[in-house]
Amino acid sequence: MSDPHDAPLLEVTDLRVAFGDTEVVHGVSLRIAPGECVAIVGESGSGKSVTARALLGMAGRGSRAESGTLRIGGRELGNAGEREWRRIRGRDVGLILQDALVSLDPLRPVGREIDDPLRIHERMSQPERRARVHELLASVGMPDPAFAARRRSGELSGGLRQRALIAAAIALDPPLLIADEPTTALDATVQARILTLIAEIRSRGTGVLLISHDLAVVGQLADRILVMRGGVIVESGTAAEVLGSPREPYTRQLIAAVPSDVPRGVALTRPEPTGPTVAVLPEARRSREVDTTREPALLALDHVSKSFAVPGGRFTAVDDVSLEVHRGETLGLVGESGSGKTTVARLALGLTAPDAGDVTLDGAPWSRLDEHARRPQRRRIGAIYQDALSSFDPRWTVERILADAVGAATPGHTPTVSNHEVAALLEQVGLEASVARRRPLTLSGGQRQRVAIARALAAAPEILICDEPVSALDVTIQAQILDLLDDLQRQRGLALLFISHDLGVVRHMADRVAVMQAGRVVETGAADRLFAEPAHPYTARLVADAPRLARA
Amino acid sequence: MSELELRQTTIDAEIAHAPAARRRQRLRLPRVGTILAGAFVVFLLVATAFPVLLETQDPNQIAPSEAFEAPSLAHWFGTDESGRDIYSRVVEGTSTSLLIGVTATVIGLALGLVLGVLAGFGGRFVDYGVNRLVEVLFAFPGLLLALLVIVVYGPGPVTATIAVGLSTAPGYARIIRGQFVAIRSSQYVEAARVLGHARGRIIVRHVLPNALIPIFVLATLGIGQAIVWASALSYLGLGAQPPAPEWGAMLAAGRTYLSVAWWMTVFPGLMIVGTTISTTVLGRALARRGRGDA
Amino acid sequence: MAHRLSGGGRSGRTLRHLGLLVGGAVFVMWAVATLTFFAIRLIPGDPAQAILGGPGSQASQEALDQVRRDYGLDQPLLVQYFAMLGRLLTGDLGDSYALKVPVADLLGAQIGGTLLLALLSLALAWVLALALSLVSTGRGRIATAVGEGVELTAAALPQFWLAAVLIAIFSTGLGWLPPVATGTPSGLVLPVVTLAIPLAGFLAQVMRESLLEAMAQPFVISARARGESAVGVRLRHTIRHAALPGISLSGWALGWLLSGAVVVETIFAIPGLGRTLLQAVTLRDIPVVTGVVLLIALVYVLMTVLTDVASRIADPRLRQEAEAQR
Repeated sequence: MSDPHDAPLLEVTDLRVAFGDTEVVHGVSLRIAPGECVAIVGESGSGKSVTARALLGMAGRGSRAESGTLRIGGRELGNAGEREWRRIRGRDVGLILQDALVSLDPLRPVGREIDDPLRIHERMSQPERRARVHELLASVGMPDPAFAARRRSGELSGGLRQRALIAAAIALDPPLLIADEPTTALDATVQARILTLIAEIRSRGTGVLLISHDLAVVGQLADRILVMRGGVIVESGTAAEVLGSPREPYTRQLIAAVPSDVPRGVALTRPEPTGPTVAVLPEARRSREVDTTREPALLALDHVSKSFAVPGGRFTAVDDVSLEVHRGETLGLVGESGSGKTTVARLALGLTAPDAGDVTLDGAPWSRLDEHARRPQRRRIGAIYQDALSSFDPRWTVERILADAVGAATPGHTPTVSNHEVAALLEQVGLEASVARRRPLTLSGGQRQRVAIARALAAAPEILICDEPVSALDVTIQAQILDLLDDLQRQRGLALLFISHDLGVVRHMADRVAVMQAGRVVETGAADRLFAEPAHPYTARLVADAPRLARA
Repeated sequence: MSELELRQTTIDAEIAHAPAARRRQRLRLPRVGTILAGAFVVFLLVATAFPVLLETQDPNQIAPSEAFEAPSLAHWFGTDESGRDIYSRVVEGTSTSLLIGVTATVIGLALGLVLGVLAGFGGRFVDYGVNRLVEVLFAFPGLLLALLVIVVYGPGPVTATIAVGLSTAPGYARIIRGQFVAIRSSQYVEAARVLGHARGRIIVRHVLPNALIPIFVLATLGIGQAIVWASALSYLGLGAQPPAPEWGAMLAAGRTYLSVAWWMTVFPGLMIVGTTISTTVLGRALARRGRGDA
Repeated sequence: MAHRLSGGGRSGRTLRHLGLLVGGAVFVMWAVATLTFFAIRLIPGDPAQAILGGPGSQASQEALDQVRRDYGLDQPLLVQYFAMLGRLLTGDLGDSYALKVPVADLLGAQIGGTLLLALLSLALAWVLALALSLVSTGRGRIATAVGEGVELTAAALPQFWLAAVLIAIFSTGLGWLPPVATGTPSGLVLPVVTLAIPLAGFLAQVMRESLLEAMAQPFVISARARGESAVGVRLRHTIRHAALPGISLSGWALGWLLSGAVVVETIFAIPGLGRTLLQAVTLRDIPVVTGVVLLIALVYVLMTVLTDVASRIADPRLRQEAEAQR
C-alpha cells in the first residue's frame, strides 16, 4: 500500500456520461494530487459541469455515467450505489457552486446549511455542532460568525454568502473540493478575495478541481489546466504550458478571445472558414486622443442626479454625474453592480427624466424635451442590452423585428420594408439572410445579440448605448461580438457608450473610461492612462483586483 | 372563478414569456387525458346543440310507476321521483348549465377586462383606485357576492348568472392588470420606445396581443368554476328552480331522496365534475400549445 | 447600498408597511359597508313590509309608518348612511327584521361555530395538499400524472355534491358518521372533509408548482452534495418552498371556506353564519345579511393582514425585493 500522501485524491479514467442516447462526455480522464489545483476550462456546452457533477455521482436526471476507474481517496466508486455516494459526498468531496444566493436555501439560516453535513456524517451533539459552525465561519473570514450563522443567504452580502457556501462545503474538511464557477456571479473585488480563500484552502492540503470559463481566474489559481470542448479534453498541461504555449488551435482561440490586454482595435478572433466573417484588422490602434476643447460632445450628461422612491425612503441611484461621449469614440463606463450604470444608460436614452441636471444630444436639449418632440430624434441614439432575447417581442420573427426597426426610422408613413433591406442588415452583422424567418428563441446567444445590433443599426444612429452587451456570452462569442462592434464603429463613425462591470472588456474597447461607484463618477480619463496609473483609490483597487491573464 | 386557477394561468402566462432556456421541465398529464377531455367536451357541445341525438327518452316524460329505479340498461342513470329518465334530463340540462357557465364567464371576463385595462393604463391614481375597488370586491369571497346580488334582485337563473359573473370579475381583473403591468415594464416595450415608436402604437402592437392571449385560456379554465358556483346557487334554491333540468336544480331535488335514490344526486354531480375537469384540461392543453411545448 | 437609502431605518420601514396594511384594511371595511348599504337600498319592495313579515303580510298603513319611524327608514338616505356608520363604530348592527333580535348577538353566537369549521378545514386542506404534492412531485411521470389528476378532480368537486356523496357512503351506507351535526366531534368530520378536499386540490396545484421550481434550484444540488438524501431534501428544504404559497393564499382560502360554509352548514344543518346568511337572503332580512357580510369581510381582511405579515417573516426575499430595486 503506497503512502497515502502520494496517492492521488481523485483518479478518473475514461469517464463517459450520457443522457438517454446522447453522450455528452466522451472519455475524460484526470487526476488530482493533494494540495494541487486542477482546472477544467471550457465554454457552455463543453460538458465541464456535467463532468464535475459526475464525480459526485450527481450527473443529473436520466444520466448514465461509466468510467474505467473512478477513485476518490483511493476508493473505487465506479459502480457505487446512491447510499455509498451519500457517504462520500460532503465528507470526502465538497462542492461549491456559483451564486450563493440560489446555491444556499434562501429560506434557511446559513448556519443550518453548514450544520447539515455535520449532522449527517458525524455524531456530534448540537452544542458541539454549533461551535463547529462558528469555527468554520471564522475560518473562511466571516466577521461575527455567530450573527452570520443566524442569517439567511439573502441577508448577507455577495462576498459573505459565498464564504458561507464555502464553509458548508469544507465543513468536514474533505480532501477534495470541487468549485464550479465559484466567482462568476461576484464583483471583481469580492472575486479576488474568494480566490484568495480558495488558494488558502488549497495550501492546507486540499485538492481543488476548479471549473470555469474564465481563463484569467483559472490562470491565477490552477497548477494544471485541462481545456474541454464538446465533451472531450482537447489539451492539458501545467498552467504555464497551456496559457503560455498552447498547442491546440481551440486553446489559442480561447486565449486570444480574452479582451483584457489586447490593444484597442486588434481583433480578438480570426475568421473561421465556414462561419460568419469578421474582418481581421492589420494593426493595433492606440486610444483615440480626443481633443475635447475642439469637438463638442455628441451626448453629454451634465450634473445629473436620479433617485427612486422605495419602501423606506429614497434611493439615490445616480448622484451628480457628468459624462461626455464624442463622435466616433467609445466611452467605457465601468463599475460594480449597484453603482448606477444602468440608470445612467436609461437617462442617456431619455427613458427616464433626471431629478436634477441635463442631458443634451449634440448640444441640443434631450432630457428637457417632451416625449413628443423627442421621438423623431430617437433614431439618432440606439441601444443593445445584456439579455437580447427579452428585448424582442416573444411572438415576432427576426424579419418582423428588423422591418419594424427600419419602419420606425422613417417617420411619417410606414413604407413597406423589402426583404432586401432586412437581408442587408443581417449581412452587416454577419448573419445569413435565412435567419430572418426564424424566431429569436431558436437562435443562439451570439446570434440574438447580432440581431439586436442589426435592429439598433437600422436607423443609422450616431451613438449606441451598450449596457453589458457581452456579459452573458461565452468568451469566444463575446470576442466575435466585440470585434463586430469595433468594426461597425469604424465603418460608420459610431460613438459607443459601453457599460460593463468587466474591466478587461472595457480595457479593450474603450478610448476613454469613466469609473462609477455608488452612483458617482470617481474618475474619468483616457483608457490607457487610467488603467496604467489610476488616480482614484477605488479605480486602483478595481484594477488590482481584476484577474489578468498572464500571456506569453 | 377560483383565484388559484387564475394564478395557475398567470404562471402559465409568465412562462409563455420566458425564454426556452429558463423554462422549467413540466411533467404533464399524458396525452390520453387531453383526448378524453376533448371527447367529453364534444359530448357536451352536442348535448347543447342537439340534445335529441343523445337522449334515450323524453326528459319530461313522467312515469310514476317507474319512479326511483336504480341505474339499469333501460335507464342509464336511473329515474327520479317522477319516473323521469335522469340521463336524458342530464343531457337536456346541459344547454342550460353550459349557457349559465359561459355567460357568467363572459360577464366576469368583460368586466374584469375593463377594470384591468383601466388599472393597467389609467395612470397611478386610477390604478390605485381600481386596485382598492377590486380588493373590496374580493372581500366578498365567491358565493357571498353572488348572494348579495341575489338578495337585491331575487332568485332565478338570470340573477344567478349575473351574480356569478360579477363575483368572478375581480379575479380576472387582477390577473389582467398584472399582465398589463408586467408587459408594460418589459424590456421589449422599452426597446420599442427606444426605437421611437409612439405610445399608442406600442400598446396596440405589443402590449395588447401579449397580454390578451392568455386571457382566452383563462376563460376556458373559468367556465368550469362558473358552472360549479351557478349550480351551487341552484342547489340552494336561488338559481334555476326545479323542474328545470339544470344540474344544480336536479341535485337540489335529489337531496331529499338521498337515502333511497343516490343516483339522483351522483350523476348530475358527475356531469358538473366532468365538465370542470375537461374544460380545465383542455384549457391547459391550449396554454401549452400556445407556449410551444407540445 | 444601504447608505444611499434615506428615510427611516429598518423598523421605520416595517412600521410604515404595517400602517399601510392596517389603513388599507380599514378602508376596505368602510368600502364594504358603504357598498352593502347602497346595494341593499336597491332592493325592490318596501323594507318596512319585509320587517313586518314580508310582502305577503297584510300590514296596516299605521304599522308600516310605525316601523318606518322605528327603523329610521323615513329619513333621507345620507342621514341613514351616516347613522349606520355611526352604529357600526359602536358595534351595533341593528336588529334582525325576521327574528327581532339584535344582529350582533345573533351573529356572535354563530361565528364561533363557523370559524371552527373553517379553520379545521383549512388545516386539513393544508396537510392534505402538502402531503400530496410532496409525495407525487418529481418522482416520475406516472406519479406526477396521478398527483395532478387527483388535484384536478378534487378541485372540481362541488361541495354540495361531495357532501351528498360522503353522506351516502359514510352515513347511510356504512353508518360510521352522522349525517347532520350532533354537537359532537364526529358530527364535524364530514363537514370538515367536504370543505377540505376541494381546497386541498387547489392548494396542491399551487404547491406543486412551487415545489417543482424549488427542486430545480441549485441549493438542492448543494444539499445533496453535502450528503443529504432525496427524502431529506424534500423534508428539510423544498417543503418550505412548497408551503410558501399556501401561506400567502390562506387569506383567500379562508374566504373561500366561508363561502363554502354556506353550503355545508345548510346540508349538515350546522348552526353557523353560512346557514344564517342563507336564511336571511331567502327572507330578505337585510340587517342580518349586512351583518354577516360585514363580519365575513372583517374576518377576511384580518386574515389577509395576518398572512401578509406571516409571508414576510417566512420569506425574506420579499423584503429584499423592495430593497434591490433601483
